[in-house]
Amino acid sequence: MPKYNELITRIYTILQPFLKPEIHLTEDSELVTELGLTSLQVMTLIEHIEDDFDISVPLNILPNIRTIRDLANQLVKLT
Amino acid sequence: MSLFDKFQPLIDIRAELDRAGIMPFGAVTEKFLSATEAIVNGHEVILAGTNNYLGLTFEPECITAAKTAIEEQGTGTTGSRMANGTFAEHVKLEQELAAFFDKQHAIVFSTGYAATMGMAATLAGPDDVIVLDADSHASLYDGVRLSGAEIIRFRHSDAGDLEKRLRRLGERIDNTLIIVEGVYSMLGDRAPLAEIAAVKRRYGGLLLVDEAHSLGMLGDHGRGVAEEQGVEDDVDFMVGTFSKSLGAIGGYCVSNHPQLEAIRFAVRSYIFTASPSPSVVASTRAALRLLQERPELRDRLWDNARQLYIGLQERGFQVSPQVSPVVAVTIEDRDQAILWWNRLLEHGAYVNLVMPPASPGDYSLLRCSVSAAHTPAQIERILDAFATLKNSPHPATSHTV
Repeated sequence: MPKYNELITRIYTILQPFLKPEIHLTEDSELVTELGLTSLQVMTLIEHIEDDFDISVPLNILPNIRTIRDLANQLVKLT
Repeated sequence: MSLFDKFQPLIDIRAELDRAGIMPFGAVTEKFLSATEAIVNGHEVILAGTNNYLGLTFEPECITAAKTAIEEQGTGTTGSRMANGTFAEHVKLEQELAAFFDKQHAIVFSTGYAATMGMAATLAGPDDVIVLDADSHASLYDGVRLSGAEIIRFRHSDAGDLEKRLRRLGERIDNTLIIVEGVYSMLGDRAPLAEIAAVKRRYGGLLLVDEAHSLGMLGDHGRGVAEEQGVEDDVDFMVGTFSKSLGAIGGYCVSNHPQLEAIRFAVRSYIFTASPSPSVVASTRAALRLLQERPELRDRLWDNARQLYIGLQERGFQVSPQVSPVVAVTIEDRDQAILWWNRLLEHGAYVNLVMPPASPGDYSLLRCSVSAAHTPAQIERILDAFATLKNSPHPATSHTV
């Protein structure tokens, strides 16, 4: 099971192609309201994460994910 | 803050379209001239977006059956199937559906939405898992949300991705329902059902296939994609609608699992709604018989599909990936799609405008559906209407909507 800090680093890497170059990421960055991801981009991001971690992220938990920290916390439970 | 705040984006879009004099959603069909022609929003048009695949909505046998049913049984059943709403004809329709699909059991629902949503909501529950295709219809998404099951989506029509998801489930596969469609409604593409069935055979789970857009369209008997790809025995539950190829309204689920007869009394969208009205049941039964008696309707449907698909390609439009009775033209720019939809109406073709998030990607669609009742000349008129778009200015240089 990857540690929390390792998860954060990997999420940052996976997120990069979705972001404008000048954006600075923190664990509190909100995926939709702050980083501007569309719902379609969020689903594509989740697919990349699923491939990378070899897990399936249930749709049921998506409403609980607003920030990068939320995402990492959910991945801790799933990995 | 108020309850209405969340509707503001919709209110804004509506106002924007109103100002531009364009209202593509809720277009009013004022008068029918035939199964394929009507007056829509004041324009005489060829209907090229009605999912009336076999063109049976004005079939004399269906109309006569509906009229007789109204005279003999009244205009409505006024009750649920579990109370006073089961008439002999509902039972006969279920028997005829079971015989047509070569299955042991069938349930008739009041709408296709009630069938797909209800079965998706009921078959799996808390502690179970549903693995569904990412591009599944809204009724299936609504159903799986109601189920309380863990919901996992796999990449659209990607059997390899489905396999990965099933492998990750381990022993939970025994409590897993897989959901896919036969033909997907927006682009008309067919599921690789043979590959999906092979994955299911390897890992397990139960498979539900929504054949709403493929009934009467594919397979030697018109039973859909599962029949066409030779995997009907792998499909545990087949659901669909009467509102497309059968020209009525209503839905069904067929299965060889004897449990379906008990599941019937657990599906809330079956229990807590009035049963289909007698006229609807009668015209559906007539249409189901005609579907079987007139295989030439399928041939005509596919001839028309090919003519429209190839014609649009030749005119330089970006069309959906496979030849299908659903032919979708992809348009990157939303404003251009709206303008073009309106232009098509003015030039005599009614099609469906689909914008994100209803479209599968971040682009818009001018979605056409052809009918066996279209004549080659009518398909040509649809193509002529599309040809005028190539000469129309881009919205950025005309007016903003």
